Amino acid sequence: MSLKMPLPDEEVLSKRDRIVAALRAFVPAEAVIEDEARMRPYETDALTAYRQLPLAVVLPETTAQVSQILSWCHANGVKVVPRGAGTSLSGGALPLADAVLLGLSKFNKVLDIDYENRLAVVQPGVTNLAVTREVEARGFYYAPDPSSQIACTIGGNVAENSGGVHCLKYGLTTNNVLGCEIVMMDGEILRIGGRHLDPAGLDLLGVVVGSEGLLGVVTEVTVRILPSPETARALLVGFASAESAGQCVADIIAAGIIPAGMEMMDRPAIHAAEAFVQVGYPLDVEALLIVELDGPEAECSHLLEEVEAIARRNGAVGARVSGDEAERAAFWAGRKAAFPAVGRLSPDYFCMDGTIPRRRLPQVLEQMTRLSERYGLGVANVFHAGDGNLHPLILYDANKPGELERAEAFGNDILRLCVEVGGVLTGEHGVGVEKRDLMPEMFTEVDLKQQQRLKCAFDPDLLLNPGKVFPRLHRCAELGRMHVHGGQLAFPDLPRF
Amino acid sequence: MENALLPQSAQDVVDAIADALRAGEKLAITGGASKAAIGAPVAARRLEMTGLRGVVDYDPAELVLTVRPGTPLAEIQTTVAQAGQMLAFEPFDHGPMFGQPEGAATIGGVVAAGVSGSQRLSGGAVRDHLLGFRAVSGRGELFTAGARVVKNVTGFDLPKLAAGSWGRLFAMTELTLKVLPRPRESVTRLLAGLDVERAVAAMSLAMGSQADVAAAAHFPAGLSGGTSATILRVQGFGPSVAARCRMLDGLLAAFGPVGTLSPDDADAMWTALRTLAPLGQRAPLWRINVPPTGAPQIIKALPADARALLDWAGGLIWLAADIDPETVRAAALAAGGHAMLLRGDDRLRANVPAFHPQPHGVAALEARVRRAFDPAGLFETGRF
Repeated sequence: MSLKMPLPDEEVLSKRDRIVAALRAFVPAEAVIEDEARMRPYETDALTAYRQLPLAVVLPETTAQVSQILSWCHANGVKVVPRGAGTSLSGGALPLADAVLLGLSKFNKVLDIDYENRLAVVQPGVTNLAVTREVEARGFYYAPDPSSQIACTIGGNVAENSGGVHCLKYGLTTNNVLGCEIVMMDGEILRIGGRHLDPAGLDLLGVVVGSEGLLGVVTEVTVRILPSPETARALLVGFASAESAGQCVADIIAAGIIPAGMEMMDRPAIHAAEAFVQVGYPLDVEALLIVELDGPEAECSHLLEEVEAIARRNGAVGARVSGDEAERAAFWAGRKAAFPAVGRLSPDYFCMDGTIPRRRLPQVLEQMTRLSERYGLGVANVFHAGDGNLHPLILYDANKPGELERAEAFGNDILRLCVEVGGVLTGEHGVGVEKRDLMPEMFTEVDLKQQQRLKCAFDPDLLLNPGKVFPRLHRCAELGRMHVHGGQLAFPDLPRF
Repeated sequence: MENALLPQSAQDVVDAIADALRAGEKLAITGGASKAAIGAPVAARRLEMTGLRGVVDYDPAELVLTVRPGTPLAEIQTTVAQAGQMLAFEPFDHGPMFGQPEGAATIGGVVAAGVSGSQRLSGGAVRDHLLGFRAVSGRGELFTAGARVVKNVTGFDLPKLAAGSWGRLFAMTELTLKVLPRPRESVTRLLAGLDVERAVAAMSLAMGSQADVAAAAHFPAGLSGGTSATILRVQGFGPSVAARCRMLDGLLAAFGPVGTLSPDDADAMWTALRTLAPLGQRAPLWRINVPPTGAPQIIKALPADARALLDWAGGLIWLAADIDPETVRAAALAAGGHAMLLRGDDRLRANVPAFHPQPHGVAALEARVRRAFDPAGLFETGRF
């Protein structure tokens, strides 16, 4: 492991038995896990390169229990790492040796569905797809659809501000959440937002979403549900170069069309996916584009014609429009299986997650090829083309000495490149531990300290999910200091009217 | 009032705040002053941001616009319209609500006040379109938050706090906003004569349908001529608009015949929801956010001379009424929402806080968040 986590507090480790006993006062005995074998499933999330057994695992099932646990941990200086389904790709739920792992899997109930106001109130352990399953009979669905949606939970989605292939048109989690109940590190229970639009005061919900478990533990979420579109159809089209595919994407948007999904794959990804699921992807192209339109049938057929014409103007090689649901699903099958498909090419892979301004795509791909040669590691690219979110998959073998470190260095170079061309480190997977040490590539020390001061407003003792997001932890007292020199005005020339 | 400060650059803002910190002075951040009459009257020195003006970067194909906060809203709307795009949260100028002409509102003021119009119902609010910003904190430090790309989860989502911060956290010096294609066609359908309960039911049915309604509002009888008017805006590509209008007509048949407004009449009604001309200038003005189905109980609890317009399918009530503020706030709370006092005479505004008071825990957290950006309370002018 090349990444350093905060050193465990020996004093806390030595008090483990006392901590376990204290937790058992708040929840039934079996809801506290302390033996190594049963803690093993919690040692990692979907960033499997990093593993660490927690101090203990606690699985509460009521908000009051969460409050009691946090309050006790706060009073006793014990760190807490919250966890949903453990599907984070950035290590957001990576345990710490001296921290209690707070699992929310027992919060698995849908509490209320309000069709008239188009919302659902759910507990955080409900899976993303379960929300849609609950409301689809009435013609509704929950829009954000991360590819892990069968397993990932709404609580985790809130923590990570999860996206999905449809977020260009329908937004990320933050655009689809109305309110939450949150337990603060000191045990205080707050309700933020509600069933209405826009808060009475500051948009605290807006910063809780995407806070990667650093600000509080969410115990209830109110999400918006949308009427399912009448129909959805997809266009599958190949290009001889990434440039022409990129130009096609730009032209579609310039024509005023925001597709429901617009995905690009490069040659290695196309070949891996086709070998895996055999859905008839063209193998003689450099880039493949899937464009999905949804809405009334009249809109889909009209826009598909426009998109197809735009694709042809950009030199498209073969364009296929899905004739039915089965064919549309087949178009997507390869894309959705891209990660496991690439996984077959190599014992291990890292999935990166930078976003770039779309116009820089050809340059970034070219540079990535050069980096791939330099590091001697393969890379395949899938790309949320509409919003510029790039997922390079770096292939490596952790059993070969030094290869994990090389893969990480390659990944870091890719993310630096994303920032250099005007983009960001992560479009939807979160910073977690994975991109933590790259934060200074994107933010100055002043920027990062300002973000940490927000953390201090929620969790002044820095007990909640430490070691994530921020490369250096500053004590809140230190961050609060302000140096003001008295005396006369330093800038008497500023225009004053 | 003391002399205003008129910075011309981000560095000027840093200097102005450093000076104020040294002098122990408060600063009231302002843009075009179109919303100056909101909140308690204050005497703090103004930090007027209109000198930071102009488009920094606009690339329509990337759907991203970066501007300085003092740029007039009207100028930005013209710029994006020329590229066939729009700010999908449909911002508007508050001037007319206070008997002033349009034109003063700046984009910085729109963002700071979280101003979203009728299309907020389907297109999201300011908070959903503010991708990044630069600002000077109450510590006098220039910092960057968010980014200039449409999809980003790197670090805390500070742009969400900036939208609707009302000058209480920091002085923004640059804003990056998401823009979207402007719909090619727009049609407004009309249901006449519904009472408020039926109107909210009709709007709820429409919003829950595949007709993809962009905006839905209700004018009670007396505010749109003799009968009430419930209006639904459908927009997009021609064939789609036609198909969705047919869908709506069938869906809403039980509520009476569905008519179509002429483009001029439609424009007049959607404009009225921004100027609030039908509510008059005299009575105190409230902005009430509720779950849409909570709207009828609020309207029915009001005295007969109260005037109200419903936007956001009932989720937003503009209320002009000279009644006890506690009554308004109790009604909003009972319906699951909150009420903001937007307009009133000096005495009313000095005595009644503009924002709906929050439960203690949330208010305390909000105060801590404010101090995280403004430790000395430089921006706590007493306005809110």
